[in-house]
Amino acid sequence: MILDSKIPEGALAEKWDKHKFNVKLVNPANKRKYDIIVVGTGLAGASAAATLGELGYNVKAFCFQDSPRRAHSIAAQGGINAAKNYQNDGDSIFRLFYDTIKGGDYRAREANVYRLAQVSVDIIDQCVAQGVPFAREYGGLLANRSFGGAQVSRTFYARGQTGQQLLLGAYSALNRQVAYGKVKMYPRTEMLDLVMVDGKARGIVVRNLITGKIESHSAHAVVLATGGYGNVFFLSTNAMGSNATAAWRAHKKGALFANPCFTQIHPTCIPVSGDYQSKLTLMSESLRNDGRVWVPKTVELAQRLRKGEIRINDIKEEDRDYYLERKYPAFGNLVPRDVASRNAKLVCDEGRGVGASGLAVFLDFADAIKREGQPAIAAKYGNLFEMYAKITDENPYESPMRIYPAVHYTMGGLWVDYNLMTNIPGLYATGECNFSDHGANRLGASALMQGLADGYFVIPYTIGDYLAQTPYAKVSTDHPAFKEAEQNVKSITDRLLSIKGNRTVDDFHKALGQIMWDYCGMARNAEGLQFAKQEIRKLRDEFWQNVKVTGVNEELNQTLEKAHRVADFLELGELMVDDALNRNESCGGHFREEYQTPENEALRDDENYAYVAAWEYTGPGNQPILHKEELKFENVKLTQRSYK
Amino acid sequence: MAGSNPNAKPMDLTLKIWRQKDKNSAGQLVTYPLNGISPDMSFLEMLDVLNEELLVKGEEPVAFDHDCREGICGMCSLFINGRAHGPERGTTTCQLHMRHFNHGDTITIEPWRAAAFPVHKDLIVDRSAFDRIQQAGGYVSVNTGGVPDANEIPIPKTIADKAFDAATCIGCGACVAACKNASAMLFVSAKVSQLAMLPQGKVEAKTRVENMVAQMDVEGFGACSNTGACAAECPVGISLDNIAMMNREYLGAKASSENV
Repeated sequence: MILDSKIPEGALAEKWDKHKFNVKLVNPANKRKYDIIVVGTGLAGASAAATLGELGYNVKAFCFQDSPRRAHSIAAQGGINAAKNYQNDGDSIFRLFYDTIKGGDYRAREANVYRLAQVSVDIIDQCVAQGVPFAREYGGLLANRSFGGAQVSRTFYARGQTGQQLLLGAYSALNRQVAYGKVKMYPRTEMLDLVMVDGKARGIVVRNLITGKIESHSAHAVVLATGGYGNVFFLSTNAMGSNATAAWRAHKKGALFANPCFTQIHPTCIPVSGDYQSKLTLMSESLRNDGRVWVPKTVELAQRLRKGEIRINDIKEEDRDYYLERKYPAFGNLVPRDVASRNAKLVCDEGRGVGASGLAVFLDFADAIKREGQPAIAAKYGNLFEMYAKITDENPYESPMRIYPAVHYTMGGLWVDYNLMTNIPGLYATGECNFSDHGANRLGASALMQGLADGYFVIPYTIGDYLAQTPYAKVSTDHPAFKEAEQNVKSITDRLLSIKGNRTVDDFHKALGQIMWDYCGMARNAEGLQFAKQEIRKLRDEFWQNVKVTGVNEELNQTLEKAHRVADFLELGELMVDDALNRNESCGGHFREEYQTPENEALRDDENYAYVAAWEYTGPGNQPILHKEELKFENVKLTQRSYK
Repeated sequence: MAGSNPNAKPMDLTLKIWRQKDKNSAGQLVTYPLNGISPDMSFLEMLDVLNEELLVKGEEPVAFDHDCREGICGMCSLFINGRAHGPERGTTTCQLHMRHFNHGDTITIEPWRAAAFPVHKDLIVDRSAFDRIQQAGGYVSVNTGGVPDANEIPIPKTIADKAFDAATCIGCGACVAACKNASAMLFVSAKVSQLAMLPQGKVEAKTRVENMVAQMDVEGFGACSNTGACAAECPVGISLDNIAMMNREYLGAKASSENV
């Protein structure tokens, strides 16, 4: 198989405009002859479904939540990047492109990232037109703040609830199309298989989560906007229901899965408090604009603090190590996420961590409050401070927050070409579900940008090119391919229900999460990864012999829903380990302990690993096949990423 | 560990939980003893512990809606000891922690009760009526593309901030559950006022309020009698001012209605 990224010819800045002119169009009267399925209603899915409906296509949109408004994009806090240069501080499309490529440690495609930076400016216009209430200055114009990995202020925000406001904007556009009858919405419905006819994606099989009914839906193209796979780790900042099942089942039908080991560990999350912990809560990266990260200078001081022999205020200024400011004077506390996370791990491994477990560092606002006053800090971060206080029962205005890294985002995902089409014709992947724009590390405030770029401004053009070459004829859901996929879903379901073992789904999920965190988390090495692979296989075998799923299929059965998802995580986890083992270098969020500089920075191997690793499924328990897409850098020079 | 109080001892509780097989079955409160609960657990983690125990015993776990567990998605609900989202003000159930309960407490957990929110199973209700109200007009009619530059529409900061406050509604339905008439006025008014305040939304303000209110009535929500229970129980602090604003908008729209 040859991976053709279909990157248009020509100069970087002209590729997208030329491509938009060159793609085939479907005339307005013919658009209504095409049906499109969109799975997932977060930023990438809702924006795509709404826009495709506006264009005149017949759209069916699916989500597992009770309403499309609840997709996990809603929880994004800090903001959305756009190269508007409203602050006159030197931003430009090229700078956003450059920061994103560098932030991703040179493992993303130049052409995709440049396009992302180009359409970023349109996103802000679109959202404002919808009535999204972004933060504003007293003059009535839009406000910005800065985020990690950038030296300009290009992040637009709505207090600490930017994802909520953007998603509600996309949801409102979606609702308008539902009212017009151009989008039919299927909430509480989960995709469990992809249907292919003549090698093309032609539909999906879903389970109605209220009745358990297995149903088929046919279309001319299928868009997966189903988010990332961070919940492989059990504990993450993802929502409880976030899962990889739609993407994974498409992978099992032939869609390649790219760079699965590229996972982002976010540096500022509330630490684990006990073994009952069900999820981790993020404290927005925007807090690092004003919060200073530190730990005690010596192990001895840290120990005494942990034992309660001294209090935080007993530690003198000169005994505090603001390690990010010390090591990275140019970027200080605003280094990219992978760098901040790895350094938190380093100081905790040295024994200088704080909190009872020693697995936390301080994020301190005392200086900012002294400088700007509490009301100014509350205006910027009020809801985050409240959330912190609710969870920890501590007041962050009075004592520093305690934070620790947690799994947050997955840069890997289904392989797509420049048109966001997977290697399966007619199957598209957008937003976090695909792999394309963030390389080995995503910069803060870029996930919202990518989700909306893909949905509002990319796929509406590129899907037309495919549909224009697709006959109008519909495939009936009575087609044998649909019946076969339905049978496949039923047999997996029956198997899960018939095992009647002794160990709960959550218990398996937690065990998998622990293996992944210990051996395929913030730091990895070949020996650990090989061990993890064996452990995952053992756990997966046990799952299929000993999992306990109560109830029946024909009802609302949350245990069964989880069992389907965890069954897939148990396979995907192994692929992540395979990918991490294959990549004998460190880059971005993928830190292989064997490959680091004397200063403990990631050591890339551009000669041998400047490629996208796209994996092909080859059957249960079989070793997947690796396909490589070489990355060509014609507009940026590959250097060691430095934030010093 | 963050937030853990070394003096806080595990608690033993008695839970009374509404169990209902499906929409068409009758439900009842079932009592479950639950021991050894950490005060640092969230309320939903406490239910996770119960469900794991039930599963191990081979019993059906309690079905409840939840997703982000950060207080923002609006998926979690639960009527706890007679209050929507439990005893803490300004808090969703997922952000409620067990430290607000005491050893030996009996906790009654029920679903939202409203004719417009039928029970699907146990504590899960059908809130699709909220989506249909939004579909009736909770948007600005702009297509993707072809819109003006974002800074061509200056909006006074005070207005933008007020619109933001209204826009933070998470659509959980606590306002309906808290209201003795099961009115959805707070929910509907939050969207109506957000868009009525902003220049982008003013163009369609009249038809929007008429259509959304009409849909609210179709869905079978009750009338508003201004007791303010909705705002008192709202986990994100949506203000009653929105209802006053919607009433003004509605009267103005009706007085000059084109929908006659």
